[in-house]
Amino acid sequence: MSVNAPLLVVEGLTVSFRSDAGLVRAVAGVSFAVEQREIVGVVGESGSGKSQTLLAIMGLIDSPNAVVSGSIRFMGQELVGLNRRALDAIRGRQIAMIFQDPMSALTPVHTIGNQIGEQVRAHEKVSARAARARAVQLLDAVGIANPDRVVDGYPHQLSGGMRQRAVIAMALSCNPALLVADEPTTALDVTVQAQILELIGRLRDQFGSAVILVTHDLGVVAQVTDRVMVMYGGRFVEEGRKGSVFRTPLHPYTWGLFGSIPPMDGERPARLAAIPGAPPSLSNLPKGCAFGPRCAFRHDACIVQPPLVGGNGHRAACALPETSRKFHIREVASIETPV
Amino acid sequence: MLAAMSFRLGQMVLVMFGISVVAFLIFFATPGADPSARIAGRNASQETLVQVRHDFGLDRPLPVQYGLMMNRLFVSRDLTSFVNRGQRVIPAVTGAIPVTLSLVGGAAVLWVLGGLIVGVIAGATRGTFIDRALMILSLIGVSVPVFWLGEVANLLTQSRWHDTWLFSWVPPLGYIPLTQDPWGWFKALVIPWFTLATLYVGLYGRVLRASLIEMMQEDFIRTARAKGIGERRVLLHHGLRTSLVAFVTMFGLDFGALVGGGALLTEVVFGLQGVGKLTYEALQTLDLPMILATVIYASFFVVMANFVVDVVFVFIDPRARDVR
Amino acid sequence: MSGVLRERPLLRTSDLSKHYHVGRSILPAQRRTVQAVDTVSLDIWPGETLGIVGESGCGKSTLGRCLVRLTDITSGSLEFEGRDITDASQRQLRPLRRQMQMVFQDPSASLNPRRRVGDLLADPFRIHERLSASEMTDRVAELLRRVELSPEHASRYPHEFSGGQRQRIGIARALALRPRLIVADEPVSALDVSIQAQIVNLLADLREEFNLTYVFIAHDLSVVRQISTRVAVMYLGSVVESGPTDLVFAAPRHHYTAALRSAVPIPSIDRARRERLVLKGDLPSPMNPPSGCRFHTRCPAATSTCRNERPLLQSTGDGRLVACHHPGGG
Ligand SMILES: Nc1ncnc2c1ncn2[C@@H]1O[C@H](COP(=O)(O)OP(=O)(O)OP(=O)(O)O)[C@@H](O)[C@H]1O
Ligand SMILES: Nc1ncnc2c1ncn2[C@@H]1O[C@H](COP(=O)(O)OP(=O)(O)OP(=O)(O)O)[C@@H](O)[C@H]1O
Ligand code: SF4
Ligand code: SF4
Ligand SMILES: [Mg+2]
Ligand SMILES: [Mg+2]
Repeated sequence: MSVNAPLLVVEGLTVSFRSDAGLVRAVAGVSFAVEQREIVGVVGESGSGKSQTLLAIMGLIDSPNAVVSGSIRFMGQELVGLNRRALDAIRGRQIAMIFQDPMSALTPVHTIGNQIGEQVRAHEKVSARAARARAVQLLDAVGIANPDRVVDGYPHQLSGGMRQRAVIAMALSCNPALLVADEPTTALDVTVQAQILELIGRLRDQFGSAVILVTHDLGVVAQVTDRVMVMYGGRFVEEGRKGSVFRTPLHPYTWGLFGSIPPMDGERPARLAAIPGAPPSLSNLPKGCAFGPRCAFRHDACIVQPPLVGGNGHRAACALPETSRKFHIREVASIETPV
Repeated sequence: MLAAMSFRLGQMVLVMFGISVVAFLIFFATPGADPSARIAGRNASQETLVQVRHDFGLDRPLPVQYGLMMNRLFVSRDLTSFVNRGQRVIPAVTGAIPVTLSLVGGAAVLWVLGGLIVGVIAGATRGTFIDRALMILSLIGVSVPVFWLGEVANLLTQSRWHDTWLFSWVPPLGYIPLTQDPWGWFKALVIPWFTLATLYVGLYGRVLRASLIEMMQEDFIRTARAKGIGERRVLLHHGLRTSLVAFVTMFGLDFGALVGGGALLTEVVFGLQGVGKLTYEALQTLDLPMILATVIYASFFVVMANFVVDVVFVFIDPRARDVR
Repeated sequence: MSGVLRERPLLRTSDLSKHYHVGRSILPAQRRTVQAVDTVSLDIWPGETLGIVGESGCGKSTLGRCLVRLTDITSGSLEFEGRDITDASQRQLRPLRRQMQMVFQDPSASLNPRRRVGDLLADPFRIHERLSASEMTDRVAELLRRVELSPEHASRYPHEFSGGQRQRIGIARALALRPRLIVADEPVSALDVSIQAQIVNLLADLREEFNLTYVFIAHDLSVVRQISTRVAVMYLGSVVESGPTDLVFAAPRHHYTAALRSAVPIPSIDRARRERLVLKGDLPSPMNPPSGCRFHTRCPAATSTCRNERPLLQSTGDGRLVACHHPGGG
């Protein structure tokens, strides 16, 4: 593998669930790549398939009704269909995950130190004592005030923010090349969220990890990521470098997303540019563009699913002609993004 | 921690006091019936009645009666059965305790092991043929009446196949003290152990399977899998370990109830002179002193078991440690 | 009374406190007290929207429930239009209930799943007004239209609606009796951003249309900023700063407000790089709050005065109140 090859290449990943209402396609054939040391933000509507994408990468989709297909290549190795033993050699070691709810992510009956040590010892031949020392070090690195004490504490004795830090410490324990984080701050207060985001931002510098950060908060994306992927109805509808997406968003859903967030500075708009309607039901997706029923720019061409295209590494899946889109961007930008 | 424990101990004493009062009131102060007549048994002579009345202070106020009774139970320990004249109640109960403890203790080892094995295997192979087969077997175990199972076991081991190589080692019904002949003790109890444990293996296996399956859906299991530890470790170290909370609670309560006399059917079938059998006989003859003694004894074990469960709980579930 | 009468607040609290006792011990010494709301004094004026912000557990919901007397008040007083209702009985409160309504965070938890939406919405009319069946249907249809649902939705059950639609139903129910005050406790926190914006717009429209007064509780500062005319910032049970929205958010004076304000991630790349004020540590336990200024354990400007003396809410002359010994910028 060459030094500059992408760390992770996902192609045509599909996750579907058999259900009473028919086949639910939670992730409908997504393709993307993550470079080494890159922080990628994934934003999107609730239920758009963000978590399922991450879980598929981790091989953690274990519902008997789930079908995962497509290809996920990590450092050249195919992960889809990999056996448990080979998978266990990679996850926790090369790819680690942080979950949304720190309150339930740790086993209540084991100490923090044990749980971190368990991961270390699963991948490296070290003594229990060395694993514990490593746990103390890691807790210190993620900014826990008195790691010697916390290492012997149980999860319920820690606050939400400290637990999330403990989970992050665990994820970092084997210096993973890729860290996937599923809404790591959604359950936390803003002041604690700021601490955790700062920590994630520091990770790349200290540990050299690439990060996939799922959130539905564009503010979080603006703060820590390099690149953004916008998900809607199981697909990526827009993807590009952060600057490019924030300055010239190309997809009407992204426009709506920006418009929905009340600004923190400047003039307060009388009304927010909310997206009308409700998110689509995955078991009954509209024909063609999934955003169609809520889109103010829908036209005849939207009957067929538009491909994700564009230049300069900034792509969008929308049938609007480039010229008219440029026009709308200006319109949207003038209301929303204070320049 | 220590404060919490002594607090619990105090609570225990209080509860037992309450139970003794209630038991006493039910047996000795039920309005409309002359307790002395009941203590003295049926067809007792006039002198006996007077004697009893005096002995128990039944002509004095209730609190004094209660005090006298407790004194005779615990301090002078000379309370005698009125059915089986001259038989002292306390030695009868203390003599029965080792029998019951041997029976229940051995069976408990069996059912805990059996329950763990059945529960874990069924939980781990959920939805497969193995799981279904185990669940059907345990359902049968739960529904077979102990009495019937014991009788069948007796029939086979004591008469039908007793002379074959298979069961010729089985000694005649009854208890052999451990101190006297350990091997004989073991041989005499093996069949009763299995008989008593059958129901509980089924019960515990099913409960453990259910709680294991529930635990395996929890978020922390996903975290554990994400660490890259093997599935066996995920199952045992994270799933089973957290499921044990329900298991231990149930075990403590069942064990307490059985030692307290709940194993009576097994004791009767196998001719073991345990506490259950003692209670059973006392009830049949309305032997009030004996009933009172066994009830208080039973309550002691139930309360004790509760206490032990609480303490063990603190060890297996750290969340229980800082309740206060 | 004089001409001031017209200018009186709709709702006024003076030193309002609400304490909870926790712990199951029968020994009083082992009981702990949570000062969920601690000496809060607020005036809520007709037509305004008072936003209440603060981190989880700081007492926002408890204060909201005290304001509409859904819970007893431990000490202090509460007045509605000059009438003391601190200790009013439920029966005395009944006529006031029409005027004060509450909207909750999780709409599904407050809607009975086994009843049709039409029946749920008709309940307030049944309790408070005598209406014929057809009048009732009309009123329900009217309500549904008001919250941008259609009258046909009346025959459906709550679970047949999306989260955003269920919140609309919750709002419709609160509106049924034409209240003057609505206390909304995290009404959009459970919703996706795009749906959240719809509900915020709806609430703003209804405020114009019915001349409503809102108390809007949320932990999302940007949403509170969007809808409120005035905000109160809470920390561990007390209000630490209050004043006109733009003033408080643009130039916070209490150090906690400043930290809270700066912790909000801004969805704009041009501003993302600004200097951030990241607080150390977590929120202290409300069972054992720090001495003096309760924020001193995390405050970058704390001095020994702060550790010993509790700062009082004081006017800073620009229409706001701040409880800090060493207020910042402004
Ligand atoms: N076991 C399952 N069976 C059927 N459908 C499922 C299952 N698990 C997830 N889904 C569906 O898959 C879709 C995508 O879910 P996912 O959790 O990835 O969404 P998300 O983008 O992470 O949303 P959120 O922001 O709410 O976390 C959802 O619509 C969900 O209903
Ligand atoms: N019924 C209760 N009994 C005991 N303590 C309570 C009770 N209700 C609330 N509390 C405590 O009072 C404090 C304030 O709670 P409250 O629900 O008002 O906070 P909040 O600001 O609304 O938080 P959130 O943002 O999490 O909703 C918390 O510490 C909480 O634990
Ligand atoms: S493809 Fe059509 S419906 Fe979809 S976002 Fe573009 S314009 Fe709207
Ligand atoms: S009073 Fe002191 S500790 Fe409290 S906010 Fe002001 S400066 Fe900080
Ligand atoms: Mg998710
Ligand atoms: Mg609340």
